[in-house]
Amino acid sequence: MSIQDILLQQLANGLILGSFYALVALGYTMVYGIIKLLNFAHGDLYMIGAFIGFLFLSVLSPLIGDSWVGILCSMVLSMIAVGLLGVLIQRIAYQPMLSAPRLSILITALAVSMILSNAVMAFTDGEYLAFSTDLGYEGLEFGNVFVTYTQMVLVGAAALLMTGLYLFVHRTMYGKAMRAIAIDQDACRLMGIHVNRIIALTFFIGTSLAASAGIMAGAYYGSIHFFMGFVIGLKAFTAAVIGGIGSIPGAMLGGLLLGLLESFGTQIPFIGTEWKDVFSFGILILLLVFKPTGILGRTEIERM
Amino acid sequence: MSSAILEIDNLETHYGKIHALRGISFSVKAGEIVTLLGANGAGKSSTLRTISGLIRSTSGSIRFMGEDITRKPAHDIVKMGLIHVPEGRKIFKGMTILENLELGSFTLEDEAERKRRLDHVFEIFPVLEERKNRDSAFLSGGEQQMLAIGRSMMTDPKLLLLDEPSMGLAPFLVQEIMKIIVRLNREGVTILLVEQNAKVALKLADNGYVLETGRIVIEGDAQTLREDESIVKAYLGE
Ligand SMILES: Nc1ncnc2c1ncn2[C@@H]1O[C@H](COP(=O)(O)OP(=O)(O)O)[C@@H](O)[C@H]1O
Ligand SMILES: [Mg+2]
Repeated sequence: MSIQDILLQQLANGLILGSFYALVALGYTMVYGIIKLLNFAHGDLYMIGAFIGFLFLSVLSPLIGDSWVGILCSMVLSMIAVGLLGVLIQRIAYQPMLSAPRLSILITALAVSMILSNAVMAFTDGEYLAFSTDLGYEGLEFGNVFVTYTQMVLVGAAALLMTGLYLFVHRTMYGKAMRAIAIDQDACRLMGIHVNRIIALTFFIGTSLAASAGIMAGAYYGSIHFFMGFVIGLKAFTAAVIGGIGSIPGAMLGGLLLGLLESFGTQIPFIGTEWKDVFSFGILILLLVFKPTGILGRTEIERM
Repeated sequence: MSSAILEIDNLETHYGKIHALRGISFSVKAGEIVTLLGANGAGKSSTLRTISGLIRSTSGSIRFMGEDITRKPAHDIVKMGLIHVPEGRKIFKGMTILENLELGSFTLEDEAERKRRLDHVFEIFPVLEERKNRDSAFLSGGEQQMLAIGRSMMTDPKLLLLDEPSMGLAPFLVQEIMKIIVRLNREGVTILLVEQNAKVALKLADNGYVLETGRIVIEGDAQTLREDESIVKAYLGE
């Protein structure tokens, strides 16, 4: 393969990885933007999304098969179910802590994360589950680079979800209210906005996006595991910080950038795949030193 | 008495242990401009914040158009037509002027009506229309105040609570804002105006109340207050 082919191949890989990161980073950033909470349970909701998607797919596949149609249907159902779970968690665990010191709600989020991952561990005995699908290996060749339809559909679905989110946030009244709450909650209440309802909506959207990434990753990599949300949770957090935490376009940009950096990073001599994570967190540290507000972040920054 | 649009009875509000309002009673008649005066820390903003539901009173009652709203959440009070333009304007910086105004009509479903209200705001504040797609963070203080008032007009207020709209503005801008308040009042909006700038406020008000450490210490029609030098000297710092 020529150098161009390698770069092109890494571009494709990086876009897929980056799409997953971006979808998860969006929830992180939206929740942070609106209630200033680093939702450590967010990666676990991605994992739950994969498992619930898996359940839906097992039920649906005798009826509609387990190729694209089956997977996309299960994805939508899983997004709704996990979105509602996200709202429930917000109501039960986070809402009562909103007026408590910042550290309490952070610890609550850690607890929620452990409860979710341990519950799934208990149900699955900590085993890997094979996420069997019938996606085929057809695709298109670009020079010497082969991109499967699966990869294209994944990136396409992620792009569609992100475009949808962008339009929602900029074109609809509820989307504008969501951005306004991140700026000033009291002012929103004075506009007649039911703030708690918009916060619930934000959790719903943020967690369902993570769930979509979870099931897509399950279908793409072929197996799921109760621990699968841990590293991607950290990576998505990194992506959100790179883009500027609180900024929605920032999360998209940060996710794609991190995916691309990781995938190109593995091509640098002496930095093999095993150094991938060191590479991403190294970038995070550098960014925190030189531009702590991220690429698109606002200049004022709050101490955690 | 029956024409009172707002009736406050023996209102008390605490911030933790701080006793900010110590039993306040007053009323505002429909169509009036009433001003609430007093030095910094007297409790003017706390009064408005309690009325609009941003904070809960510890005792006493608030009636708006005959209905008890003492325990009503802020977002429901807005729907009744009681709109609070808070101290410091609190515009949504980072969002455009147009978006700020649209959010003022959040509870409205009717697009044609939204457009009509927007046209009305732009007629009063042409400067906002010129810059409607700009980030509101870049507006000057006077323009931010205009945006805050414009945004409240999008809600179609019956009673407007204005918290120090003249704060930090050059004298000619203060005059501008006061003219707009009078215009809104002529269009049928009842006004409760909080000011530190007593001279300016008493010029357009019908009635005035002076607050001191959470209590009303003086009340009367604006002309009497304006002419009583001793009151102005003792409580209004000029
Ligand atoms: N958020 C708050 N927390 C604690 N005390 C407050 C708060 N806001 C106001 N106060 C206190 O309540 C009193 C009245 O304040 P305020 O209503 O803002 O007065 P004014 O608007 O007349 O300047 C002051 O003693 C002030 O320190
Ligand atoms: Mg004040």
